[in-house]
Amino acid sequence: MTTGAITPYRSGMKPGRDGFAQLLRAEWTKLRTVRGWLIGMVVAALVTALLGLFSASGSHSSCGGPGDVCPAVPVGPGGEAVDDKFYFVHMPLAGDGGITVRVTSMTGQIRLPDLTPGTRRVVPGVEPWAKAGVMIKAGTRQGTAYAAMMVTGSHGARMQYDFTEDVAGRPGGVSAASPRWLRLTRSGEELTGYESADGTHWTRVGTARLAGLPATVQAGFFVASPGDLTVKQADFGGSIEQIRFAEATAVFDQVGLQGKAPGGTWSHDDIGVTTLPDGSFHHPGGFKESGGAYTVTGVGDIAPYADGQRIESTLSGVPAGLIVVIVVAVMFITAEYGRGLIRTTLLASPRRGRVLAAKAIVIGTATFVAGLAAAGVAVPFGTRILRANGNYVLPVPPLTEVRVVAGIAALLAVAAVLALAFGALFRRSAAAVTTAIAVIVLPHILATASVLPVGVAQWLLRVTPAAGFAIQQSLREHPQVIRNYAPSAGYYPLAPWAGLAVLCAYTALVLGLAVFRLRRRDA
Amino acid sequence: MEATIEVAGLRKRFGETTALDGMSFIVEPGQVTGFVGPNGAGKSTTMRVILGLDAADEGTALIGGRPYTSLRNPLRHIGALLDAAALQPSRTARNHLLWLAHSQGLTAERVDEVIEQVGLGSVARRRAGGYSLGMRQRLGIAAALLGDPPVLMLDEPSNGLDPEGIVWIRGFLRSLAAQGRAVLVSSHLMSELQDTADHLVVVGRGRVVADTSVAELIATASRDRVTLRTSARSEAMTALARAGATVAATGRDTLTVSGLAAEEIVTLLSADAVPFSELAAHRATLEEAYMDLTRDAVEFRAPGGRKAAR
Repeated sequence: MTTGAITPYRSGMKPGRDGFAQLLRAEWTKLRTVRGWLIGMVVAALVTALLGLFSASGSHSSCGGPGDVCPAVPVGPGGEAVDDKFYFVHMPLAGDGGITVRVTSMTGQIRLPDLTPGTRRVVPGVEPWAKAGVMIKAGTRQGTAYAAMMVTGSHGARMQYDFTEDVAGRPGGVSAASPRWLRLTRSGEELTGYESADGTHWTRVGTARLAGLPATVQAGFFVASPGDLTVKQADFGGSIEQIRFAEATAVFDQVGLQGKAPGGTWSHDDIGVTTLPDGSFHHPGGFKESGGAYTVTGVGDIAPYADGQRIESTLSGVPAGLIVVIVVAVMFITAEYGRGLIRTTLLASPRRGRVLAAKAIVIGTATFVAGLAAAGVAVPFGTRILRANGNYVLPVPPLTEVRVVAGIAALLAVAAVLALAFGALFRRSAAAVTTAIAVIVLPHILATASVLPVGVAQWLLRVTPAAGFAIQQSLREHPQVIRNYAPSAGYYPLAPWAGLAVLCAYTALVLGLAVFRLRRRDA
Repeated sequence: MEATIEVAGLRKRFGETTALDGMSFIVEPGQVTGFVGPNGAGKSTTMRVILGLDAADEGTALIGGRPYTSLRNPLRHIGALLDAAALQPSRTARNHLLWLAHSQGLTAERVDEVIEQVGLGSVARRRAGGYSLGMRQRLGIAAALLGDPPVLMLDEPSNGLDPEGIVWIRGFLRSLAAQGRAVLVSSHLMSELQDTADHLVVVGRGRVVADTSVAELIATASRDRVTLRTSARSEAMTALARAGATVAATGRDTLTVSGLAAEEIVTLLSADAVPFSELAAHRATLEEAYMDLTRDAVEFRAPGGRKAAR
């Protein structure tokens, strides 16, 4: 025809910007205009929050006795719950000074599991973390600041302070043939621990700075012994944890107090001893002096306390919510493959890597917001319900609570991106949903339901994307405290952010593969 | 050069099958170009290569001089309708266009404009899953128009349209071309393009077999043929065949004759006293021309070599 006379068409519309922002906007429009996906996100948040609140409201605890009042758990200088139970022989010390002792013996007894039910089986022995040594403490009230220089059952000399801190000294135990000398000095807020084999040559072990230490403190010597822990694998999954009585007895001599001691005489206190209803003491410690030698027996421990509910126990709805999130995130991409809509998407944005990046950011952000709302309700309100039901909830610093809430939102968001990446890689909903649940949710359920041996459970939480759940752990592990640090007890093998980093690494890998495949293949 | 599609030397194999075998053509602005060929001739693959969805093994496909994947806001350069069923059924038609608009930096007002343009105004807020095939075609055309592009490429746009819709789309395509846009419309049926297309690119087995205007194509197909109306059909056939002509009976009293000029036929029949009532130069239909071309395309590809002489 007459092509020569034709004026080619020119659009009168303004040329638009071409940026990643408009791609994000397009993907967000896609997400919000499918009602099922929007409902799915709301359901995921509701399931996460409500399951947590229901399980909190179903958890009741009671201590019995008159008034049903549970004994208060002492709180340490850092705000954490602590064990503060030991036998303390002490006198006031005004201003700077110090205390030196020689420990010549450390013995003890441990109750082992009964062979004949009901018949006590107590044998001589010292717990590995039984402690005997010198201490300077702000006061005799439980939970007050302290520093201590000590010998232990089998971890050598240590300097410990303020319940959580532990510095190793020389290894080795105590015997009459090789006694250990211990010294603790105070200079202002600084306390320094020393040890020696002969009382002449001293080695500094560590220095603690105890902020706000009063002018007059209690200085003296002490003995404590944590209970004996055994963990048995139960026949049908689960584990049975048992802590039984243990006590330690140490002999101190060559006791020397440097500085002003206004009182001048030794007091002795069985700090934190349990009083039975009839007024007697349960497993009391003891004190005996003969010719300048003091024999002290102590029961209990000076350490962080972990026997209570944690704030993350209100997050039991997360795995269920995560499954809903996975389904929505997978559908967000596989629905396009199922109907050929992916070609329209790629026509609108031929740079394919950017399409997946935009989808990942949109689904990740939407999930983060939903997760933040869910965890932001579940943790504070769940904790309140737990407390109202008589449960003891271990206190955590506000920043830890923020990390747990925001971390769970981040876990859900990153898991959503991983599920999306599986969807882009497999292009099939069923395969992607199954895979995502199998690698994120399932290992966590298996590892924490204590159906697996602890080693296997810990391995799963190190090497699978489920490692990300570590972000919700609010309590730290302390090597100086023997405890059942198993996933079933809420302890993850990786630190919170390291666990989340494992999940992020898997997500980056699968998303990278998905981009590679999307770029290479004909659409 | 803005409103053109230029395809040069495209080759693509899917395993053992050659889908494109040197496909080359140019789509000019201001006219509707029909892209015809039997199913499997490579029309859809060519379109997907033009749109950057498939990668060709060899050759180039340019829109206004640039490859699709280098275009920014590509829907403002070329609008395409490939598969009208490619919709999320639970999303409304308007929202489908809305995300597309957002991806090109366009507004909701533009969405409402194209909805009116294709006549979907009353149903735009319904879920696309409930749309009939004809409504989906209109929605697909709206999506192609969204960016007001100078080039349009539509794969079988009248599929599923009712007769009224078919009339509408013909007029609509012609008006788009009249505005100076380049419009490429594919079909496997020549009759669909007869009243719409100005220019034709006929393909068979992955290559172009004819790239010509509709008028020229018909003229070529009609060449050297004469239609004869006679009451003595068998006598006429005998006489003409004896003289070396190729004769085909096309009706109870009509014959199509080729190989002899009209004057020779008159002389011959008069000499043998065979009666005839009408003698006319044959005018082929587009359908016939197309059948001839595509039959040739198949013959091209007889085993032994595609360059077989004709």
